[in-house]
Amino acid sequence: MSDTQFDTYEVFHQKKKGDPHIHVGAVHAPDPQTALQYARDQFARRLACVSLWVVNSRDITATDYQDERFFSMVLDKSYRDPKDFDAPLKETNV
Amino acid sequence: MNSQVTAEDQLARFEERVARGEKVEPGDWMPDEYRKSLIRMIGQHAHSEIVGQLPEGKWIPYAPGFRRKLTLIAKVQDEAGHGQLLYRAAETLGKSREEMLEELLAGKAKYANVFNYPTPSWADVGVIGWLVDMAAVVNQTMLQQTSFGPYARAMKRICYEESFHIKQGYDLVATLAKGTPEQKAMVQGAIDRWWYPTLMMSGPPDNLSAHTLQSLKWRIKTKTNEQVRQEYVDLIVPQIRALGLTIPDRDLKYDEKSEHWSYTQPDWEELKRVVNGDGPMNKERLAVRRKAHEDGRWVREALAAKRKEVAA
Repeated sequence: MSDTQFDTYEVFHQKKKGDPHIHVGAVHAPDPQTALQYARDQFARRLACVSLWVVNSRDITATDYQDERFFSMVLDKSYRDPKDFDAPLKETNV
Repeated sequence: MNSQVTAEDQLARFEERVARGEKVEPGDWMPDEYRKSLIRMIGQHAHSEIVGQLPEGKWIPYAPGFRRKLTLIAKVQDEAGHGQLLYRAAETLGKSREEMLEELLAGKAKYANVFNYPTPSWADVGVIGWLVDMAAVVNQTMLQQTSFGPYARAMKRICYEESFHIKQGYDLVATLAKGTPEQKAMVQGAIDRWWYPTLMMSGPPDNLSAHTLQSLKWRIKTKTNEQVRQEYVDLIVPQIRALGLTIPDRDLKYDEKSEHWSYTQPDWEELKRVVNGDGPMNKERLAVRRKAHEDGRWVREALAAKRKEVAA
């Protein structure tokens, strides 16, 4: 019964033009074009949608939640944060 | 990860995370028992959505009017979609959709017992949408808080769609309740048939076994079966009565002190019998599902042929 498995494709949904594509789930499909059809039926049959992306789940490279060092801040990086500056925004008209 | 970490440390860290309300994701370390419980639970939930299409689906050709027909098709399609979302969530824990589908077709898998009851009248369609889906939503709203991330996310989407199911069911029931004496009798008959099966949906009273306590501790579930059932009863009883319909339980009464409705427990022996295959519709449900699977074979074969073509 291997005809029921297929690959999985992760689905990214864009609500309106200009919005980011957001991951909403995955579908099983034999190829990307069929994955788009299934993604439309599964994730766009009710809510507004102007664009869908599908990508084979195998092609996603992800970080590991357990590798906390990957995102660790060795240095204090608060200088990257606009909130860390007291610039009088109104007066400088920024 | 530090190889010095012992199994006890991992478990302690896992339990701390879950207690903080953090979500567990598929690649994370988790106790085997947690993985097994969730595969079983999400798999059964997925099967329930798939089999849940059948009792109402048979009414699609006979729906009175085009709008009711479109609505019912949309609802049944949603159930199919929910099944697929849930198979995918279970799959992230290491069991393939194919294995789960095979178990269902082989009669080895459990699904919501409520779908083993017949739908002899059009009013059953309304009562299923309203009562069955209300009981399901109470349970699924609780499950939005589950500690397993993919399951919690699937529940959010599913609950949104179930709210449409409840409203269309209520609308159908309310229409019949305000209709001719025959229509009113038809809908009362449906309430009488479905009341106890819907009470069984949240499961037998909790024995507070080690297993249940562990499920609660790991936040697989966040409420006991009794809590979920009481919530459903408190929601639905005033609504049913407001339509001038009655509930087949003479002992049903509102308890001012606890601010809850007290009700008669369903027959838990019946649940056992029906779950184990001796219900009015068990055989028919699986037979219909198997036929649908066979009827769809040519589509899957065509898709598989296309896949080979793309690969070549």
